[in-house]
Amino acid sequence: MLRLPSFTYLQPRTLEEALAMKADAGAEGMYVAGGTDLYPNMKRRHQEPRTVISLMGIRGLGGCETRDGGCAVGPCMTLTDLCSHPTIRQHYDTVAQAAGLVSTPLLRNMGTLGGNLCLDTRCNYYNQTYEWRQAIDFCMKKDGHICWVAPSSPRCWAVSSSDVAPVMVALGAEYVLVGPGGERVVPAARFYHNDGINYLTKQPDEILCRVRLPRPDGWDAVYHKLRRRDSFDFPVLGVATWVQWQPGNGKRETGRVAEARIVLGGVASWPQEVPEAGAALAGTSLSDEAIAAAADAAYRPAKPMDNTDFDLSWRKQMTRVYVSRALAELRRRRSAR
Amino acid sequence: MPPPPAPAPADAKTKIALDVNGEPVEVAFAPHKTLLEVLREDLSLTGTKHGCELGECGTCTVRVDGMPVLSCLVLALACAGRRVRTVEGMAAGGKLHPLQDAFAELGAAQCGYCTPAFLLAAEALIAGNPRPDRDDIKRALSGNLCRCTGYIKIYEAVELAAARMRGERAEPTPESLYGVR
Repeated sequence: MLRLPSFTYLQPRTLEEALAMKADAGAEGMYVAGGTDLYPNMKRRHQEPRTVISLMGIRGLGGCETRDGGCAVGPCMTLTDLCSHPTIRQHYDTVAQAAGLVSTPLLRNMGTLGGNLCLDTRCNYYNQTYEWRQAIDFCMKKDGHICWVAPSSPRCWAVSSSDVAPVMVALGAEYVLVGPGGERVVPAARFYHNDGINYLTKQPDEILCRVRLPRPDGWDAVYHKLRRRDSFDFPVLGVATWVQWQPGNGKRETGRVAEARIVLGGVASWPQEVPEAGAALAGTSLSDEAIAAAADAAYRPAKPMDNTDFDLSWRKQMTRVYVSRALAELRRRRSAR
Repeated sequence: MPPPPAPAPADAKTKIALDVNGEPVEVAFAPHKTLLEVLREDLSLTGTKHGCELGECGTCTVRVDGMPVLSCLVLALACAGRRVRTVEGMAAGGKLHPLQDAFAELGAAQCGYCTPAFLLAAEALIAGNPRPDRDDIKRALSGNLCRCTGYIKIYEAVELAAARMRGERAEPTPESLYGVR
């Protein structure tokens, strides 16, 4: 049986209380929201906090409100609620779609937006029980010194496996963090590090307290996910594409791309934006040639490692295929409007 | 919602009150126990099964305030004052729940280990959507693994039970009972 290690569980009602509890607990304290990432990790002794501080009872961390034309989402909203929220479905359907592709309906009833955005990086040599990891000797992400995927590597190659994070980076969302020193706002792209161990720029005592989505204004986005089973599985490749259409006369856009972003999940320790791929689309009307050029640009830097499901060379090839499909879908959505 | 219980030292037992299958219950347990562990070990409700214990199989599904969740990843302490429903609460007055009847009639349970979880996930589906089509059922049950049935019998049983719960006089088709002849 896999049991949780013993710990003290605290249920603060306000952000101030939560920050004070974390300050008391020090490095041995951790925040938890839905628990669907932290508790399995604790059962496998990846994380061993002595104090666990639940954010789910803090009133201000749920819900979703429209502000300045954009939308501010509470990170403690469950993925199920996020998928079905009318504002999200109407104006940010790609966010709803990505959230709806996370794991299973049962897990989405518990797991939260914030949890998926802060999801621990994953690796076949790490997401194993304590005994399994002990048997081959521990890796550098927990308890050891070596990377079993790339034994001569000085860094950890565990994989960013969030479905919603690449979408947030592509959309240019902003995260509001609250810590002992006050509030700060971080663009989604700067919230992540390309390092399997230090994969977040968030400090351990900071709380993600709002996710700001940009005004739905002349842009469109699409997310495609590759995995073995269409339920349960983490992405082995996620492709988030975002396009800002050039404004035309009146309300109609010209059908040409002003700016584009392509962000890959599952191929690095962070949601990896490929600026060359986005640049290949600027000024085009997503012609077959432009899509092929962008897909090729996205394919080149994608560096899947042999630490998730499927053959890695096939996963790299799929980058080209999935970027092409996502862009073709954006083009279809444009002409269907 | 009642105020959260005072934090207990990590190894001492803590006590909460909650509603289990319609009955008020007080239970004491070590504070780091999951709902699954407390149901089975402290309340002797062993109908809820252990599976992977990592949220990857759905075998431990119960309903908390009506919502189907993975009891292996819910802290029991987080359930103070909430309504928990397990498979033991489904039969009433000596009569099986229509879902249990349909599962038995159609052979939707083989080894039976995943069955309590399927029953509760299906019950939650029908509560929100009394007329689910096959795709609705597949989606709602897509977080529950069954290694015996191949799922077809389970889908048919949910359809049959949903029809009966709507008051229709539904019977299993000869094809679902005996296969196509």
